[in-house]
Amino acid sequence: MLLYTLKRLGLAILIVCVAMLLLLSAIHLVPGDPAGIALGPRATPEMRAEFKALMGLDQPFFIQYFKFLGNVVTGDLGVDVWSKRPVTQMIADQLPHTVALTIVGLGWSMMIGIPLGCFSAVHRNSFLDRFTAVISVGCIAIPSFIVGLYALLLFAVELGWFPAIGAGEPGDLGDQAMHLVLPGLAVGLGWVGYLARFVRTSMLEVMGENHIRMARAYGIPTRRITYIYALKLAILPTVALLGVGVGSLISGAVFAEIIFARPGIGKMVVDAVNTRNYPIVMGGVLVTTMLFALSTLISDLIAAWLDPRVRQGF
Amino acid sequence: MTTTTPEDTAGADAPIKREPRLAWLWQLLRNPLGALGLFLVLLIVISALGADVFSPYDYKALDVKNRLAGPSWAHLLGTDNLGRDTFSRILHGGQVALYVALVSIGVSLVLGLALGMLAGYGPRWLDNILLLCFDSVRAFPVIMFALAVITVVGPSLETIIGVVIMTTTPGYARIARNATLSLKNNEFILAERSLGARGKRIMISHLLPNLIAPLLILCSMDIPVVITIEAGLSFLGLGVKPPTPSWGSILYDGYSFIRNTPWIVIAGGIPLIITTLGFTFLGESLRDVFDPKMKKDR
Repeated sequence: MLLYTLKRLGLAILIVCVAMLLLLSAIHLVPGDPAGIALGPRATPEMRAEFKALMGLDQPFFIQYFKFLGNVVTGDLGVDVWSKRPVTQMIADQLPHTVALTIVGLGWSMMIGIPLGCFSAVHRNSFLDRFTAVISVGCIAIPSFIVGLYALLLFAVELGWFPAIGAGEPGDLGDQAMHLVLPGLAVGLGWVGYLARFVRTSMLEVMGENHIRMARAYGIPTRRITYIYALKLAILPTVALLGVGVGSLISGAVFAEIIFARPGIGKMVVDAVNTRNYPIVMGGVLVTTMLFALSTLISDLIAAWLDPRVRQGF
Repeated sequence: MTTTTPEDTAGADAPIKREPRLAWLWQLLRNPLGALGLFLVLLIVISALGADVFSPYDYKALDVKNRLAGPSWAHLLGTDNLGRDTFSRILHGGQVALYVALVSIGVSLVLGLALGMLAGYGPRWLDNILLLCFDSVRAFPVIMFALAVITVVGPSLETIIGVVIMTTTPGYARIARNATLSLKNNEFILAERSLGARGKRIMISHLLPNLIAPLLILCSMDIPVVITIEAGLSFLGLGVKPPTPSWGSILYDGYSFIRNTPWIVIAGGIPLIITTLGFTFLGESLRDVFDPKMKKDR
């Protein structure tokens, strides 16, 4: 297990490094002049050169890349081009908001998805099972920003049940929680479908196993068997699946932060794109990619811990 | 996704029974979800193709006197903040959405097939390098990658297409690679090789036909994803440039006025819901028709 963990950790670091190399080379290869775009057509050549030097874009490609990696290791992501604040500090300020939003999104998807999957496994092949299957596909298909916009419109603007914008008063946990409900729903609804499907398949597998039949033979009530004995086992592989979903949750969080005007990495990066604030964008992309790689790593480790066959195949 | 080779499905000595050419369509239509999916997709495609015929107004025409008007017989879905007819803009937005989806998925499919076959059929070291690249691209949250590229290149339709190609190609390549790996030691490939066929011929005339079916199904499931990315970036104000209408930019315009004139947001969301649901239902039903193995636990 230790060997597997180390190998898997090495692979995760390698993937993040190669990913950043690909991103930098993609940016390098495409025709376009970042300084020109940032400063507008009236900028003098001297201004452009100064801007490029500030962003480190005047150096050869590989120097740029290794400098970037070296700075990342020491925790230095450069400074905001306009306000000169360190990017690391800005990310540290925004990250908790995004992580909280992602967790609430996951919570929503688990709260709806797991019971839905359980329900359709119990009522297998009935009309209700088909109906939940359609609902699941629908949840997967509909874009998260549509969910966010419609939720904002219905529950915040029309009904006024939840606050519409912001993250709530700092220090007031109840207020902050209320501000997380709708954005969390927008982020998490897509995963309701995946979870419901996965839990359903996994439940059906578990329900056919010997110990469940044994429990039935003992005359234990079906409800208890389903929700206590079977669900406990069926949920474990689902936990391992969740890490893979964090990527799409982060993408969803970007939109939720914009729609509900919340602070967070997504809002920070979108604002930075509009002002061509290159270091902030790169920092934000790096941090979210690392977050994604980390959650995939954790879910892989959980999967390997649960199922030794995964370790051997690596 | 699993692939079936002709050898698996037809038994060694069973007589070959040919199904009628359009049997799959009948099978698709018998499934209510498939029929609904096909209907919704046709609805969107026809309304986008005939946008110039169906739209009651010029989508660019400003009518400031009637700005932010509610739905009425004159303006079915109302007007936006510049007095442009929302219904006409939605019809033309469909053209943009389908254009982005078809171009980028077409290119990703070709690129993914080529890279995937190369990784699966080529030497081991090439396979390893390509796999690492595929996995690395998939390590980005898609929107974040798009935002990084847009910062440097600037927002435009071409940027979106480029970003989508870069992020979806690895998915196709990985499937093509795995299928190639499992096919390349089959008898019919070995026989071809012993007859002296070169790698290029084997890949193009023998591997390709076996790879294409599962990938085409994946394409139909990826179309809504791509349309969502385009609309999402346009919603952030980082997609197509005005006055080109996109469903995302309609939502972006409507979002600023959500408190007083909610119908722009409602109207802008509906085509996206129809499109994503339509293509997803169609894709799922197509997969059930062509790949019955996936259906076994239903």
